[in-house]
Amino acid sequence: MSTEPQLLNGDEAVALAALHAGVALGTGYPGTPSTEILEYLDHIGGRAQWSPNEKVALEVGIGVAFAGGRALVTMKHVGLNVAADPFFTATYTDVDGGLVVVSADDPGMASSQNEQDNRHYARAAVAPMLEPCDSQEAYDYTLLAFELSERWKIPVILRLTTRVCHSKTLVRPRAEVAPPPAPGFRRDVPARVMIPAFAKPAHLRLRAKMVEIAAWNEAQGPNRVVAGDKDLGIVSSGIAAVHAQEAAPEASHLILGMSYPLPIETIRRFAAGVERLMVVEEGDPVLLESLRAAGIPVEGKPEMYRFGELNVNRVRRILAGDTSPEPVPPKGKPPELCQGCSHRDVFEVLRDMDCIVSGDIGCYTLGVLPPFSAMDTCVCMGASIGVGLGLRHSLPDEQAKRVVSVIGDSTFVHSGITGLAEMVYNPPKTGHVVIILDNGTTAMTGLQEHPGTGRSLNHDPTGKIHFEALGKAMGIQNVLSLERFADGHRLESVLRELLDKPETSLVVVRQPCVLAAPKIRIYERAALEKMSHACAAMPAD
Amino acid sequence: MHKVTNIVLGGLGGQGVLTASDILADAVFRAGFDVKKSELHGMSQRGGSVSSDVRYGAKVFSPMVPAGEADYLLVLEPTQVEVNRPVLKADGVLIAPDVIPLDKLKNKKSFNVAMLGALSALLDIPEAAWLDAIHARLAAKLHRLNDEAFALGRAAARDRFHPT
Repeated sequence: MSTEPQLLNGDEAVALAALHAGVALGTGYPGTPSTEILEYLDHIGGRAQWSPNEKVALEVGIGVAFAGGRALVTMKHVGLNVAADPFFTATYTDVDGGLVVVSADDPGMASSQNEQDNRHYARAAVAPMLEPCDSQEAYDYTLLAFELSERWKIPVILRLTTRVCHSKTLVRPRAEVAPPPAPGFRRDVPARVMIPAFAKPAHLRLRAKMVEIAAWNEAQGPNRVVAGDKDLGIVSSGIAAVHAQEAAPEASHLILGMSYPLPIETIRRFAAGVERLMVVEEGDPVLLESLRAAGIPVEGKPEMYRFGELNVNRVRRILAGDTSPEPVPPKGKPPELCQGCSHRDVFEVLRDMDCIVSGDIGCYTLGVLPPFSAMDTCVCMGASIGVGLGLRHSLPDEQAKRVVSVIGDSTFVHSGITGLAEMVYNPPKTGHVVIILDNGTTAMTGLQEHPGTGRSLNHDPTGKIHFEALGKAMGIQNVLSLERFADGHRLESVLRELLDKPETSLVVVRQPCVLAAPKIRIYERAALEKMSHACAAMPAD
Repeated sequence: MHKVTNIVLGGLGGQGVLTASDILADAVFRAGFDVKKSELHGMSQRGGSVSSDVRYGAKVFSPMVPAGEADYLLVLEPTQVEVNRPVLKADGVLIAPDVIPLDKLKNKKSFNVAMLGALSALLDIPEAAWLDAIHARLAAKLHRLNDEAFALGRAAARDRFHPT
């Protein structure tokens, strides 16, 4: 392999390492800032596919690893909440092939609904966690994660953050990477069937693994000391490490590449060599509390710096103990629905009808902003349906009859289908109306395919889920589709009629995303050409 | 510490700000510098303000330009000048969109590359590195158009800023 340096963002660097590691499959669900990992893996010749959601993506990854193949599973921070169920038990099992789970956190919420700190997951689920600070480390730690995962048969979390994912820095690839194991089935029931009889010893094994991994991290983990003045020592990990090095170039730095399990004795030695020890970390005081629990005297940051991203100026303020109000940058132009966006008319109708709109995650969440101001709730992927039903159950009838759930096509496949099951199973007495805004793509994250588009990650044709057929099969009483341009004017009358009925209704409003439409036409043309070539190549009877 | 050159590019989603910063980062990379470039993707890009930071020198730590430390601020849209101004240091250089003589720009889609041409007049990066970076980032059929836009911006900035 060429070791010539390349300028890559963190996502691309992870993908390149996965390719070099001979990953059998990359799975995931699109989510800023993680989306580009699988797209780039596909682009450079690896095998990658979008799953309906992160839970399924991880389950597929676990299967690949049980079979002995290397699996890369990618998601944004909140995606790990969806995948938490398999994840917390996957750590009890023994994987044969390396299983690397990428959690791309979004401190500051550039494009997310919360800024949860997924370092908590490493401790909660008991999984080793690596935290790169730039693209070179993203590359190196991806390879290391596969190595550790196979050595201890345990899933490893590679924690990225927005500024690691979306910053381009130099990457010098390795000349050689240990080849992947050859997949093959090995029966190991006690290590893979988590009934209580097997899970109890599995938990003991897991804790024993962590003791070994902690010892490895002390002796040869990816942690480095940058020697400097003795009066200030700074412990950091991930992107905070580069901010800290720039903000305090004279200080001594201990940069932790593996932040769980911590190399506590290494930290203790570093602490002993400096007069004042500080932790510089983005988000929650995770490192700070661990160090204090280990009895290491250390200072953290004032509470105000828990919120939002860190940067060099904020780290300077932290080191100076400055809690004066921070300068507020001028407000830029907020994002908005594109001109010609198919969601615009729908939100105009919902606004004009004074509906109570239970919304969801996607471009259409922008329906909350003027000139639409037509969204009343947004919590997490798929919540529009459950929250809408809950509103219907408890509001007085006259208000309940105004409640509409609005969900995008990709979000619907991700976690809306179980919401429909709830609607059929526990219908509110006023009924309910769910609108799927089907623009034929996962628009917000940059136009990814999903099981409702009928095309796979690389845009080749594959199986397709039909929302109306699904709704009918599930027993929803009224299932309608509207093509926006042909039937757009009907939306209001259709909605009025359905809102008046104490019945369950699903309305699919279909119009391709204006950004995706030209691309979709190209994919469809390519699919047709492929099909006609295949037909021409078929032998005549 | 070694001198790091800080550049911030600002504009609105869809103007090619991120493409321009890709080309800039690649050009300084080709010129042999350590480089880091940072920006936000996702919801913030839907027609709203977009900015991208590019830093280069012998060794770069943080990928983000600290507020008040940008040597150059390149803004593609007049309304975004004040939004981005706080990144500029006291003696930093603002390159506003009016530097480009629009009547001489053949295709307004290459405005971002014309602005890079203007920036190039002020940086000590070989012209070949710029052109290689432009050609690597854009489809072959767009090369001539963008080469011309780059040259237009480069000449305009020389007239405006008189770099030594």
